Amino acid sequence: MAAKKAPEKSNVSKDELLKYYREMLLIRRFEEKAGQLYGMGLIGGFCHLYIGQEAVVVGLEACTKDGDKRITSYRDHGHMLACGMAANGVMAELTGRAGGYSKGKGGSMHMFSKERHFYGGHGIVAAQVPLGAGLAFSDWYKGNDNVTFAYFGDGAANQGQVYEAYNMAELWGLPVVFVIENNQYAMGTSMKRATKSVTLYGRGTAYGIPGEQVDGMDVLAVKAAGEKAVEHCRSGQGPYILEMMTYRYRGHSMSDPAKYRTREEVEKIKQEKDCIEHVRDLLTQGGLSSEDELKAIDKEIKEIVNASAEFAKESPEPDLSELWTDIYA
Amino acid sequence: MATEVLMPALSPTMEEGTLAKWLVKEGDKVKSGQILAEIETDKATMEFEAVDEGTVGRLLVAEGTANVKVNTPIAVMIEDGEGADAAPAAAPVVAAAAAPSAAPAAASAAAPVAVVSKASPDWAPGTPMKTMTVREALREAMAEEMRANPNVFLMGEEVGEYQGAYKISQGLLDEFGPKRVIDTPITEIGFTGIAVGAAWGGLNPIVEFMTFNFAMQAIDHIINSAAKTNYMSGGQVPCPIVFRGANGAAARVGAQHSQDYAAWYAAIPGLRVVMPYSASDAKGLLKQAIRDPNPVVFLENEILYGQTFDVPDLPDFTIPFGKARVWREGTDVTIVSFGIGMKYALEAADLLAKDGISAEVIDLRTLRPIDYDTVLASVQKTNRCVTVEEGFPVGSIGDHMASTIMQRAFDYLDAPVVTCTGKDVPMPYAANLEKHALVTTAEVVAAVKSVCYR
Repeated sequence: MAAKKAPEKSNVSKDELLKYYREMLLIRRFEEKAGQLYGMGLIGGFCHLYIGQEAVVVGLEACTKDGDKRITSYRDHGHMLACGMAANGVMAELTGRAGGYSKGKGGSMHMFSKERHFYGGHGIVAAQVPLGAGLAFSDWYKGNDNVTFAYFGDGAANQGQVYEAYNMAELWGLPVVFVIENNQYAMGTSMKRATKSVTLYGRGTAYGIPGEQVDGMDVLAVKAAGEKAVEHCRSGQGPYILEMMTYRYRGHSMSDPAKYRTREEVEKIKQEKDCIEHVRDLLTQGGLSSEDELKAIDKEIKEIVNASAEFAKESPEPDLSELWTDIYA
Repeated sequence: MATEVLMPALSPTMEEGTLAKWLVKEGDKVKSGQILAEIETDKATMEFEAVDEGTVGRLLVAEGTANVKVNTPIAVMIEDGEGADAAPAAAPVVAAAAAPSAAPAAASAAAPVAVVSKASPDWAPGTPMKTMTVREALREAMAEEMRANPNVFLMGEEVGEYQGAYKISQGLLDEFGPKRVIDTPITEIGFTGIAVGAAWGGLNPIVEFMTFNFAMQAIDHIINSAAKTNYMSGGQVPCPIVFRGANGAAARVGAQHSQDYAAWYAAIPGLRVVMPYSASDAKGLLKQAIRDPNPVVFLENEILYGQTFDVPDLPDFTIPFGKARVWREGTDVTIVSFGIGMKYALEAADLLAKDGISAEVIDLRTLRPIDYDTVLASVQKTNRCVTVEEGFPVGSIGDHMASTIMQRAFDYLDAPVVTCTGKDVPMPYAANLEKHALVTTAEVVAAVKSVCYR
């Protein structure tokens, strides 16, 4: 990734930039709070934080319309917040409480919102790729112009079922954007230790699927690429691949000491490429927003996140009778 | 306001750890995300970051301290302008809420209770009947449901232009077209995942596996994606889908193509599991499966495809799940089976009748849910039970039924339940070995005689 450039004057409106700033900041502060609650023992099991990657989902959500669907991996909190799910319900699911999106029965990796067309939250690496193609199949079958976003990581990209899904998605012309969030580490294995492929989007060529690599730390670049991909899918031309070059600041999960990369590497990205700082600079150095205006947003986000933590602590544990519900529809 | 920094849990199993090193000292200003300390967990040494910006007021635990319990205050952060004395007295914070009390026990030994059979005729007396093969019954079931509901479609290998590897889907492409009868590449995990996603998206897919042996490539989506999601989503995302195809041994196709998966799928909450024997059950249960809002594993049998049975000639005929069928009433012993096991059970009953033993033969038909009551009511009458299936012996449906009978009808038993199963070997190819690997009618006869002490 290139060194930090002086922010160019963007053609994007102040309102749009503020929207991205707010949405990315919400994810970051939410995830920091989740990490804190995990440390207090209020969140159990596995908890995978999205910090660093916020621009990917915020930029792509800006390309969606009503009825579009999304599905992702276990690193899913950011996707839920970005598609409009309530911070309270997400946080309460993390603490395993009745007020969570899955009534406390799914947890960090297994959350859904039919209302927001969010189909999880999947703990089996790459399972969401054919599942996402299937969601797109349902729209293709019904003949509407909705699109599905199927997010997966560079690790999942080496699973065979990804390529089975690519093949059928292109064969049948399914409206699915395959979004590879290439954060460069599959748990502790760097991409160069897992594949000789130079790019991951390039593998779509074998199936006839167009794609491109995108600076996933730049929300405006993400949005621009997303619009192109969505137009391709909505117009009935089949799937599209976006390889988002991004970076996670935290470990793979809460218990990962991240010894497979240097602190300098992480610090360099934080200093030079941080997606939130990027938009902050565009707003302040472009003269669009004052520090006070942004501080007010920071405060507002902090209140939303703190309220979600309170809700997640106070929401009761699920009633024991819930053990036996929802097994069958 | 001063806030306490608590000893964090940094892995799913951590209860205490060592505060290896402080990276800040009292009076330091810290930023959100700055590393405060290094903490040794049960797995690794982790860096511990500040959540908020502020000033380190006091360090409460010295570096090098071992066995620091999770949630023990280890430092106090103060905001600008506050003194360290603003810190509240350290008091351990109780972690997550107390563990729930034990769930109700699944089963307990109870006084014997007479059980009433659920079995009842599947159609009214005098209903006109027609003769058809299991193959034709399955095809008719799919065609009728596809006519009734435009969201029902069939997907699988060779289901369309080839007209079905076993000709189950013959003619469906002509009637419904390529959008509803979809030939897939040979790609089981891929098309199964796509079909599950399509079901979440509001469609009613029927996935044909050429045989269930190939479904092992896709079993992750059947179990982790289809069966568990309604539960994991708190009831938001049901999965109305049917997985169907030939299951169990055919003839002379060797170990990789001859496995009965009945007990595997029957073990999974969230699935319905159906394994019909007759054509009327194949039709009535498949129609029911296509209408069910849950994932249904529908286990057919290649040898049964060509067999002919009477089927009620009704415009819309379904059979509910969880209702066994009593094929033959008897008084001396209960033989419980399902699928092709019924062939051995019925043949054995004929032979036993010649020896003066009256066998009641029950076809479970669905393995999830299982109609325990019909079996228990029968055992309470006959006091003896033999189970018959083609699958492997360990963890078989027969094992499960035997344990259920032991727990719920122990006092009625005059002999231990005997399970007749396939042998505990991979299926051999040689004709003579294959015959011995499968359950046989002679074994069922011998098992019945043993429980009758004859």
